[in-house]
Amino acid sequence: MELTLVWFILIAILWTGYLVLEGFDFGVAMLLEKVGKGDKGRRVALNTIGPVWDGNEVWLLTAGGATFAAFPEWYATLFSGFYLPLLLILVALIVRACAIEWRGKINNDVWRQRWDWVIMGSAWIPSILWGVAFANIVRGVPIDESFTYTGSFWTLLNPYALLGGATTLALFLSHGAIFLSLKTSGEVHDRARAVAKTMAPIALVIAAVFAIWTQIAYSVAWTWAAVAVAAVSLVLAWMWGNAGSYGKAFAANAVAIVGAVVLIFGSLYPDVMPSTTDPAFSLTVDNASSTDYTLTVMTWVAVIFVPIVLLYQGWSYWVFRRRLSTDHIPEHGGLPTLRMPKKVSQ
Amino acid sequence: MDVLDLARWQFGITTVYHFVLVPLTIGLSTLVAIMQTAWNVTGKEKYFRLTKFYGKLLLINFALGIATGIVQEFQFGMNWSEYSRFVGDVFGAPLAMEALAAFFLESTFLGLWIFGWDRLPRKIHLMTVWAFAIGSLLSAYFIIAANSWMQHPVGAEYNPETGRAEMTDIWAVLTNNTTLVAFPHVIATAFLVAGTFVAGIAVWWMVRHARKDKDHADIPMYRTAARFGAVVMLISGAAVIITGDEQAKLMFEQQPIKMAAAEALIETPDGPAPFSILSIGNPAGDDPSSVKHVIEIPGLTSFLATGDWNGEVLGVNDLQEIYAERYGAVDANGDEIEYRPNLLVTYWSFRLMIGLAAFSAALSVAILWFTRKGRAIDQPWMSKLALVSLPMPFLAASFGWIFTEMGRQPFVVAPNPTGSDQIMLMTMFGVSEATSVADVVISLATFTVVYSVLGVFWFLLMKRYVNEGAPNPEPEEVSTDPDRPLSFAY
Ligand code: HDD
Ligand code: HEM
Ligand code: HEM
Repeated sequence: MELTLVWFILIAILWTGYLVLEGFDFGVAMLLEKVGKGDKGRRVALNTIGPVWDGNEVWLLTAGGATFAAFPEWYATLFSGFYLPLLLILVALIVRACAIEWRGKINNDVWRQRWDWVIMGSAWIPSILWGVAFANIVRGVPIDESFTYTGSFWTLLNPYALLGGATTLALFLSHGAIFLSLKTSGEVHDRARAVAKTMAPIALVIAAVFAIWTQIAYSVAWTWAAVAVAAVSLVLAWMWGNAGSYGKAFAANAVAIVGAVVLIFGSLYPDVMPSTTDPAFSLTVDNASSTDYTLTVMTWVAVIFVPIVLLYQGWSYWVFRRRLSTDHIPEHGGLPTLRMPKKVSQ
Repeated sequence: MDVLDLARWQFGITTVYHFVLVPLTIGLSTLVAIMQTAWNVTGKEKYFRLTKFYGKLLLINFALGIATGIVQEFQFGMNWSEYSRFVGDVFGAPLAMEALAAFFLESTFLGLWIFGWDRLPRKIHLMTVWAFAIGSLLSAYFIIAANSWMQHPVGAEYNPETGRAEMTDIWAVLTNNTTLVAFPHVIATAFLVAGTFVAGIAVWWMVRHARKDKDHADIPMYRTAARFGAVVMLISGAAVIITGDEQAKLMFEQQPIKMAAAEALIETPDGPAPFSILSIGNPAGDDPSSVKHVIEIPGLTSFLATGDWNGEVLGVNDLQEIYAERYGAVDANGDEIEYRPNLLVTYWSFRLMIGLAAFSAALSVAILWFTRKGRAIDQPWMSKLALVSLPMPFLAASFGWIFTEMGRQPFVVAPNPTGSDQIMLMTMFGVSEATSVADVVISLATFTVVYSVLGVFWFLLMKRYVNEGAPNPEPEEVSTDPDRPLSFAY
């Protein structure tokens, strides 16, 4: 197999890992108040992703780094072109990291609530914008002969791309609700189950419209298979969710996300960023890629490290496998106030 | 301002900010791992309390460290896309390796460490903090390898057809001699930062207790921490100087104009080059003869650069001519190319790097002296000195980076006189073409505001937790009972 194709597939895999894992992180965060209803409930929800969210985010950093190494032209055109949406995503990810780590550090309701709002708000932005970004990549954007993006911020806000944003949003909400149903018990579980019940069919409908639009307007025949797999998985996720088999429902949802990534990358190939100005200016796996030498080196690195990463990340999911309920949440560990006491305490 | 200036400001601000947090994470994660190991081996409660105390501070710092790191990863593509096209074939590899080999390790095992106190057997739990510390060291290695390649490009060739640098030897990139001295220098810096942090806080607490009650039960614990931190400071301070000197010798071969700029050595001296400790006049001004070196050590610069007290060191003006001959005198617009970096910045940042850290060195010796043979410190001036010293190595490290990075200008990838001279890129050709002034103004303003707000919270939280002192918790029982409450939750 051509090395450029290998790397095209590897990057699709890295994005899949990111969307499947951070997809439920974002879903959980968006639903924090909805399923939590108050501090203790929010803490139950948040702590289902507590030990793993940062590791999940590294899939994004790896996808970014791997794109830089394997397809530098793609990395350069994409990130300089999608400048402002990426800035929004970055700001969301920055404040989110601090909010999650710092919300429990001070034992004060206002302090916690403010950070919880940050956690919730900062999950909506990337959930929508990743869909917008991928839809635009598939649809093509204006790119000139030097591979420079010539559109503006508004070019990216077209109906198809917005539908893409709605698709990732709905998928992540449903994914997060199913994850919460799987990982919690008690009241939080009941509320998450109710959300999962409503979100699963909504996600199915929006994703179906988006997939069919993609398929008809931009794709090739074989990706109908991915569309079919994704559709069946979403139906199964819905059914299993209703039947209370959350493990299966979660797996089915993950397969649906895999299907979506296959559809997107399948319709792109051999382009990585089609140009709407002139197809001759499109970035392809050949004209955007690194040399064979670099790709060979990176293939070895990936072959060695990806399985190791999967092993220890899998182990950490195993260690934190138990379900959480309000009974498991300890007293607040944070210090009382931000102000310094005037005198020595002891 | 144009996109170039704005993008440079943005890179400088976000990176210096990131690197204020980074050395503390790197150094402190290892020091906390050592404390936890001491607890595992000796079973003494004080080590457990210190692990918890400094561990909390580490976590507050880590959050902002990763948050600002994410920006770094994408900024190359956003503001420096032409640079990314030119270097991606070589530079992308260490960056991707960093994510795969280091960031996953750091983040996954940190999660296991924070939430795993009551889940994992003690030995396994101890292993998680070590895995985290090793992850942060690895991440430093790969990113320094990427940075060193920009200082001294090796293992690659320029391909005129594609107009970019292409990698020919990954091993040469990873074992670049610049990397092999820059990495220990930066890691030693990180330990100096963390050692000063541990010792400074411990001294402050020791004095605080001792002033109220000479026999306070916590004094021995803080004394242990202070001595531990001081030993780390002493060793790492020596390592910083030794490795810094190695760097200076390499720099003299690889980027001679940077070395001369560090000394504000305008004209080539007739004999051995002196080391200037203080100068007056503006070395960046139009009239270089206005620079007067007030205090000088004869021959020291010659020695630092060449290892010989009489070695010849060229001044920047002669070097400018040599560079112009080699790399072109005028740019595409017919303007003369300025190869002299900003002398005011290079001269002073270099001195501040070295000078500020001298503070820590003095402090470490004082701490070890005052705590000899079981003594505790109770002099208030020591407590003040300890607090004042905390930011010094942070500042020194920032000036070190500002010096290396600005001394490399006008190049972003500096040509390599000892290897292929073909690979070079001027900073002005690295900036994105698709990016408008408005874009960079918006992002620069956004990052500045967000970073400032988060910086305030970071500081208040650190201060609050320092001020609380070491907590006095019971070690968690390890249990797999599914009904037990979590030992830690957000
Ligand atoms: C010498 C060390 C060093 C240097 C020069 C840099 N970093 Fe850094 N970085 C680290 C050492 C580090 C670390 C110790 O691994 C961090 C710092 C704080 C932390 O929590 O992890 C980290 C975090 C961190 C993260 C978040 C990782 C995560 O989510 O776990 C990213 C994406 C980057 N960095 C990327 C960069 C880039 C692209 C840099 C180049 C400009 C850079 N860093 C300079
Ligand atoms: C963390 C420590 C670092 C600090 C504090 C730092 C600081 C700086 C500063 C102040 C500049 C601006 C120089 C100028 O424009 O005059 C700069 C430029 C730059 N640095 Fe670094 N740097 C660091 C590490 C790195 C690393 C590890 C890389 C690469 C992996 C890197 C890549 C660059 C690039 C591409 C520029 C170009 C922009 C420019 O020249 O302005 N830096 N850096
Ligand atoms: C606590 C912080 C630091 C201290 C105390 C320190 C100290 C020193 C010392 C003593 C030297 C040798 C000077 C000479 O032999 O001429 C040196 C050289 C150097 N340091 Fe640092 N350093 C620190 C941080 C840094 C950092 C973070 C960097 C960034 C990479 C850095 C970059 C350099 C460079 C490039 C040189 C070579 C200078 C030259 O060309 O003369 N330093 N440092």
